[in-house]
Parts: sequence; structure tokens; C-alpha cells
Amino acid sequence: MEAYDAIIVGAGSIGLPTSLALAEAGMRPLVLDARASLGQGAHKAAIGGVRATHGDPVKVRVGLDSLATFANWREERGDDIEWVSGGYVFVAYRERERQAFERLLREQRRLGLDIDWLDAPALLERVPDLEREGLLGGTFSPGDGHCSTLLVGQAMAAAARRAGAEFRFGEPVRELLIERGRVRGVRSERAPYETPLVINAAGAGGPALAEMAGESLEVASELHEAGITEPVAPFLEPLVVDVRPSEGSANVYCYQARTGQVIFCLTPEPPIYGEDLAETSEFLPLVAARLVRLIPRLAHVRVRRTWRGVYPMTPDGSPLLGWSGQVEGLLHATGMCGQGLMLGPGVAALIVRMARGELDPDDHDTLRAWAPARKFVGEEVLR
Amino acid sequence: MAMSRLETHPILSIGSREDVAFAWHGRAFTAKAGEVISAAVMAHGVTTFGRHPRDGSPQGLYCANGQCSQCLVMADGRPVKACMTTVEAGMEVAPLEGLPQLPSLSRAPKLREIERREVPVLIVGGGPAGLAAAAQLGEHGIGTLLVDDKDRLGGKLVLQTHRFFGSINAVYAGTRGIDIATRLAHQATAFDTTEVWLQSTALAVFGDGWVGVLRGDGRYVLVKPQVLLVAAGARERALTFRGNTLPGVFGAGAFQTLVNRDLVRVAERVFVVGGGNVGLITAYHALQAGVEVAGLVEAAPACGGYRVHHDKLVRAGVPVLTSHTVVSANGSEAVSSVTIARVDEAFRPVAGTERSFACDAVLVAVGLDPVDEFTASARAAGMSVVAAGDADEVAEASAAIFGGKIRGLEVARMLGAAAGEVPVDWLRTAEVLRSKPGATRKGGVAAEVSGVHPVFHCDQEIPCNPCTSVCPQGLIHIDEDDIRQVPTYLGAAVAEACLGCERCVRICPGLAITLVDPRKDAENPLVTIPFEFGTESLREGESVTVLDAGGEVLGNVEVARVRRAGRGADGTSLVKVRAPAAVAERIAGLRLQEPVDASEPERFTTALANDDIVCRCERVQAAALRSCIAAGERDLNAIKALTRAGMGACGAKTCAPLIARLFVDEGVPASEVTANVRRPLFVEVPLGSFAGMDEA
Repeated sequence: MEAYDAIIVGAGSIGLPTSLALAEAGMRPLVLDARASLGQGAHKAAIGGVRATHGDPVKVRVGLDSLATFANWREERGDDIEWVSGGYVFVAYRERERQAFERLLREQRRLGLDIDWLDAPALLERVPDLEREGLLGGTFSPGDGHCSTLLVGQAMAAAARRAGAEFRFGEPVRELLIERGRVRGVRSERAPYETPLVINAAGAGGPALAEMAGESLEVASELHEAGITEPVAPFLEPLVVDVRPSEGSANVYCYQARTGQVIFCLTPEPPIYGEDLAETSEFLPLVAARLVRLIPRLAHVRVRRTWRGVYPMTPDGSPLLGWSGQVEGLLHATGMCGQGLMLGPGVAALIVRMARGELDPDDHDTLRAWAPARKFVGEEVLR
Repeated sequence: MAMSRLETHPILSIGSREDVAFAWHGRAFTAKAGEVISAAVMAHGVTTFGRHPRDGSPQGLYCANGQCSQCLVMADGRPVKACMTTVEAGMEVAPLEGLPQLPSLSRAPKLREIERREVPVLIVGGGPAGLAAAAQLGEHGIGTLLVDDKDRLGGKLVLQTHRFFGSINAVYAGTRGIDIATRLAHQATAFDTTEVWLQSTALAVFGDGWVGVLRGDGRYVLVKPQVLLVAAGARERALTFRGNTLPGVFGAGAFQTLVNRDLVRVAERVFVVGGGNVGLITAYHALQAGVEVAGLVEAAPACGGYRVHHDKLVRAGVPVLTSHTVVSANGSEAVSSVTIARVDEAFRPVAGTERSFACDAVLVAVGLDPVDEFTASARAAGMSVVAAGDADEVAEASAAIFGGKIRGLEVARMLGAAAGEVPVDWLRTAEVLRSKPGATRKGGVAAEVSGVHPVFHCDQEIPCNPCTSVCPQGLIHIDEDDIRQVPTYLGAAVAEACLGCERCVRICPGLAITLVDPRKDAENPLVTIPFEFGTESLREGESVTVLDAGGEVLGNVEVARVRRAGRGADGTSLVKVRAPAAVAERIAGLRLQEPVDASEPERFTTALANDDIVCRCERVQAAALRSCIAAGERDLNAIKALTRAGMGACGAKTCAPLIARLFVDEGVPASEVTANVRRPLFVEVPLGSFAGMDEA
């Protein structure tokens, strides 16, 4: 039986940076994934926005840690992941949003986030094509940005491989090998592997893996759709989020990639749960009307493709990160609520500290807040 | 490339159309009313429609079918496909250089609710299969909505100037494709229960059973059918070779569209790649449009198309080179020559066998693939879906007509409207029409025939029988149970039974029947030859070169009489020549063009196949894909992420089969390769249309 220092289940937004972080920390991880290649689950459905602008203070901290990885990737590692520090703009057209953003702003700044409130004229200078009517202003966080999800996944895997990580695809995990309450390894569809550390980075598949240890995780698959347009000349710098609820949706957001395409997404309200990844007829009319009302100039950009992806949602909108309550050596890092990409590197760094038993004071806060078996109260404001 | 509008055509009537003034790149141009931008600018000699944002290379028209997005231009400030956008008076059209600038819009426009319609049957595609199916559904009184992305019904039939093969009873054999289109459209629309939306494109079949349609008026409508009938036809396969993105490299269908629908002569001399029926017919269409054909290459040892189509070409003087392939299209801004080479048994070019031909267009006709994504999505969504015609199985249009009729009846039965089963003889006919060309054997011309008689130069089993039905004496026989047989002349036994009426000569779709008449001069009989080109240069008493069926020159003979195609003659002229008895029976055609000499290979031809572009939308070269394959990537989704191949405007319609082929070339079996996930939309559509804007 082949032996590894760690086995990561899932080569997605969490598994990829975790494989890299563990390998660079001197461990020899194996990543097992059921699909044919990396990032073929929820990862590739992510639109590529990366922000530390969250409502949950823990997320702000982990997000800032992650953000640095994306922003410095090219300089540190050489690959172009099409990163753009374009910032995030949360627009306010109603008092309600304005007040909510301003309340969050103080806390976000205290945590070290570079974020400002821009009044309508200042905001229109940043995003000239926003609908002017009723615009009160918005927050602008210039350190946030976006990148190509596809490229960053490939770049992380390549770096991880160079550092000694191994990847095996088409190998769903069928069994956790447990001895006397401790993980000894896993058995995939093809072979058993020995390891003292199993990391559950299986996203929406996280609960199924936990089930093998007799543990239940509260993760539900919520379905979101996204789309991409033809490339057009640059006209939109930040990623723009409109959190006003509207019939059928809780929010809408879009950005222009460095290569010119506009990428957009919305959060269906009420949420849609399930596994069905077929695109629906509801999405385009819903998202298009919202986008054209928000940025009228988008009316003429031509939509190229749409797709549906899974948000592994927890009841409170924050991730599940922590050791299994049932089996020693099993670490859950799942239920990222659609933010796996933007939280991934920060989560990966924390996983390394957990594996080494070298937690810093903030980590204790994070692990308390994101404990897999926590009592779920409240909901993330900026989901 | 010297381009112009066609002024005459032996088959097509060229009516007068109103002029529409517009601007191209600031210059005053004239379009014909109703014409698409691509036709109008090409009629003025424009080959470069823009430059690719990635490498600045020139881009021109490629598919002329709204699929490939190579022909993007800016029209009144918006990026549009030149091949699908009608010129409007005063339109400002400009080449697309780099990325398009979105027009600014400061206020959100008024938005409508998106209309949702439920219908018993939705037919996607108004070509032969869709129309035949619609006619069946109409006869059974079933509410049918038919959508087609062109401005007239008929699909690719409207491009077909040749007479059709097949069964004269079942599918209008002996009638030209363009005329069949008119008849089918008439039948399909004769019912109150049938609604047709033209210039309306099916965009996606969604998982919830709704089909997104962008209508000609720019409105996006969602349609939910009880049964979806996909008759969306086929798409042309692309081919990777050096220079394949140069303006002047066209899909064969695009060339047919340009000369036969748009009536624009887009080249002086073309070279055709592919010897299936599409390639052979396209070459023939070129000749009819007054375009020289420098040659045709077919990689296989024999052409796959009908023998009679092949023979028509070689008789006209077109070199057909089997076991040859295209190596490169050469030129810097547009095609100026093509280089070909012989291939070995593994279809690889043999070094040292390269030859170049001067030409200004290369037409790619290397096969068709069904447009199957709507059917696949509908099946995945659990909808009732039926595919018909090429969207089901690529075959001749005659098979699509009959297959569509059967599918229409099947759908009627699914909806409980038709009582009977599909008749067994329909199924038998469909099978015969679908069959590939069969054995080649000599027809029934008996050597001892005397007196006036037809000669059949048709020696290959194909489903075709029009000749049998026009003979007033009933002297031509093909077994009705299997119309693939070659015809037999029964007159051998009953001397002088043939009246010499020439009807068989005139109707044969393959132009493979001549009439030999020794009645006046047994030593020098008259031979009647069907002729589908302009007859202006043929004068009585002058000498012409005659050839046998396979294109071998038999000598020069004198033209005795030209009966020019007039009204009702359907475009076919009959040329009588006086020839020595020794060769009269063998004469099958007149030479149209002189043999073209090949030159030394152009200097462009050094085989650096790694530079060849596989994904034309994203300009991804073979080298990048090969290195992924060599690195062990077996998932096309991963290759897409790494190289962008397949992420472009066409939605991987063009490159997916080419990448699949690359895997095979690199020795990776198809079973190891994971296919791309296919997503909506079928073509790109402005966001405003989905939002319910009236004018997006």
C-alpha cells in the first residue's frame, strides 16, 4: 500500500491550494479526485472574483491572507493567472444597503481591509457606466480583484506537483480506513492508500466523505448559474455587486476579465437545491434584466455561454473547517459556500498550521467560528 | 481576389434588386436589398473583415452560416456577424480591429417580460427534413412552430443548383434543389396549424424543458414543446493546415452560399479539398458560376461522392487528385496559392511530392457532423425529442426529405394524432435513400444496339431513378424495389423502339445519359450531350473537345446544334456533336476548362505543422495542444483551461473534432479522452435581448 503524509480528497478550490501548501511545507500529499482532471467540480464554475470584503470578520482575515496569494502569484511564481486588482464595488441605491455597508465598513477597516465609502459622483468616476438614477454611492475595496479560475487552478496544481504533490484522477474515494478511532488511510475505487491525515476538501461531496467516518456535516448543494460574454474593449474595472433583493434573486454581480469578457452571476432567491447542473430558462432573463438596469451599457454585449455550478452551503454561510469529532486524523475543509476560490489559499495555510500544531491566536478564533459541529446562528450579510 | 456580382448563371435566374447605399470603412458601397453584409462587401472586393485580437492576423468569411464568428464586423457601432446581418440603408460598417468598443448607454431601456409559449411541436430548422416533417404534422392537424435562422425556408436546398438524385416518386428526384426547396416550403406552410418564424435562431434547450429562441425582430422567446423535433442539419468539419485562417479559405458551404444565394463571384480560381459529394458538387457550382477550378484533392484512394458527380468534373477538365491532401494555403493577407502533396497509407503527406497551384480560394469539404447539441440537451432534460435529417444522420438531402416525413409521422403518433404505423415501404425507401454509393458496374448498354438510342454513362449503384419514368416507350428499366441499380436499356431487343426524344438526357441528375443517333449518318452519328454551363461560347460548326465518362479526351469534334435552355428547360442545354462512330458511344461530355499546370512548391510549404492553428477563434496552435497531450492531459476540459482551445465564439464547434483528431494522431485512443462539457448558447446574443429590450 502506497503511503503519503496526507491525502486530500478533492482537487478543487480548497484541495489545490492545500496540496501546494502542504507540499511546500515539506509533506508529501496525494490528491484524489473522482473526476477526469482538476477543478472539474464547483471550482471551474467559480467566476473568478477574489475579495476580502466580507461581513464575517473571520472571513475578512482569511480572505486577506488569500488575497495576497492571488495578487502576488505572478511575481512570486511566474505564471499569469490573469489577476487584476480592480477592486470590488458594492453599490447602494437604497438607504438600507448604504447603512448596512457603512456599519460593516468600520469593522472591515479595523481588520485591516482597505475599503472606502464613495459617494455617487466618486463612484461614477470609478464605474462610469453604472445607472445614475437613485445611486447613493458604494463601497470600494481596491485590493480585491479577479483572476481566471481555470488558470489559477492549473497554476496551483503545477506548483504543487513541482513541490512534490501527487494527483490521481478518476479515483473516487470509497472508504476511509480507520483503526482504533484513527485514520489509517483511504480506499479509492482503484487502490488503498496509507496516510495519517485525510483532508476532506470534497466540496459538495464533503458530507458523503464525513459519513464514512460516521459523522454528519451540514452542507447543502445550492445551485447558481453564471455566464460569460464575448470579449469587448475594457470599460469596467472593479467587480460590481448589487445586493438589492429582487424577484427571483438575492443579488447580482459582474466584472470584466482582463481578456475583455464580462462574467456575471446571481444568487437565486429562493435558493435552488440539488445536483442538476443543467442550465435553466429562468437564469438569462433574470440576470440580464438586472444587469441592464444596473449597467445599461451591458445591453449590447453578446452573451457567449452560461453554466450552472454548486455552492456547498452551510446554514450560516460560513465554511466548515476543523478536525473531525469522530475520527482522529480527519480534517474537514468543506462547505465553502461558493467562496472556496477566494478563501482557498488562506484556508490552506491554516490547514498547514493545524497539521503541524502551530496555531496562532487568530486561528483559534477562526476554528471556533468555523467549527464543523458548531451551532449555526445568523447569516453572512455579504454572501 | 477579383470579385464581382454574377451577371449571368446557367441555372439561377438573376433578378434585379434595389440598391442600398451603405458605408464600409468610410467608403461608399452599394448592397442589394435584403443582402447580408458579407455578400455586399465581398461584391466590392473586400476579403479582410477584421483582424484577430490575439495575433492581428486578417480574418475573413469562413462558414457563412452564423456559426464560426470569423466574420465579425462593426455595424453602427456594434459587433455583428457579417454573414447573418442584413445591410440597412445608411449603415456604417467597419472592420473589427481588436476588441469591439461597446456603445455607451446611460439609461436602462424599457424592458418587457420575456414571452413564454407552449406548443405541441417545435421544429428547429426549415431545411428538407424540417419542412417534410412540418408537412406531415400539418396534415395531421398538429400545432407546429418551425424556427429557422435564415430569411427563407429550404435550408441548404436553396444553394443546390443541381438536379437531385433519389426516387422520382418519393423525393422529387430530377428536380433541382432550389426548386425542391420552394415546393417543400409551400407544402409545409399550407396549414393553419403551422407557424413559421424566419431569421429566428434556437439558442439553447434548457434543463427545464424550455427552448430559447431569438426571433428575427430581436425578441427572445421561450418555447416549451410537447415534442421537440431537431432538424438543424449538419455543420461542416474544419481541417487543420497551414494558412487555414487566411481570408479565401472557405467552408464549401460558404462558397455555395456566396455564389448560389448571394450571387457573388468571390474567386477567379478555386481549389477544392475533399472528394465527397459536397466537394464534388461545390466544384461544379464553381464552374457554373464561371469560376475556374484548379483542382480537387481527396485523401482517400477514391472519391467518396457519387461517381457521376466526379465524372461531371473530370469531363469539364478539373484535375481530381486522390490520395492527396492540402499542405498549406499560401499568402499573407489572402490566399494566393495552395500547396498539396500525396499522402501515404496513414494519410500523412509524403515529403517531396508537394505541388502548388495558383488560386484565390481554397474550399474545405471534408465532411459533415450532425448538429446534435439540441437533441443531447433535450434528452438530458428528459424531453420528448426526435432528430431528423442530417441532425440525425448525415446523408443526402433526398434522404433528409423522406426521413423528415417519417419523423413527422412518428411525432404525430407520439401526440396521438395519427392512427397508422409508419408504412413499411416508407422505411424501405428511407433506407435505400440513405445508402452510400455501392458497387460500380457497367450498365445495360448493349453493343449490338442499332438505330437511335440512349447511352448510360452511369455505372455506380446509387439511389436514383428519374430516367425510368420519362421514357415514353418505357424502355429504361430499374427495379422499383431497389432503385440503386444501374439502368438497363430494354430497346436492345426491340430495334428502333427509341424515339430519340432526349427526355432521359435532359432529366438525368448525373448528366450521365447521352443519345447516339446514327439515323442520318451511320459513320458519323449525332451525339446529344447535356450541358449545364453557359452556352455563349458554343457555336454550331465550331470544334469542341469531347471526353468519355472518366474524363479521357476522345478528340475534337464539330458542334452540330445547340439547343439552349429556355423557359421550362430548367437550365439544361443540349449540345449535339457529330462524331465518328468509333467514339460516339463513349462521348459523355465537353471540356470546359483547359488543364491547369502545377508550379514548383511555394516557399511557404516547409512542414512546420506545430504552427498550424487548430482553434481558430482563440488562435491556438497544434504545438500547444500536442504538448498538453504529451504531458498526459486526457480531459478536453483541462486542455481548454490550459490553452483556451474551444473557449472562443464558435463554442468549440470548429475545433472539437480537430482536437479529437490530434489525440488520434498522437496515439491516444478516443476511449481515454474526456470530452468537453457543452454549454448554451448556440450563438452569441446581446444581453439586452434576454433582458426584454425591444432593440438589442
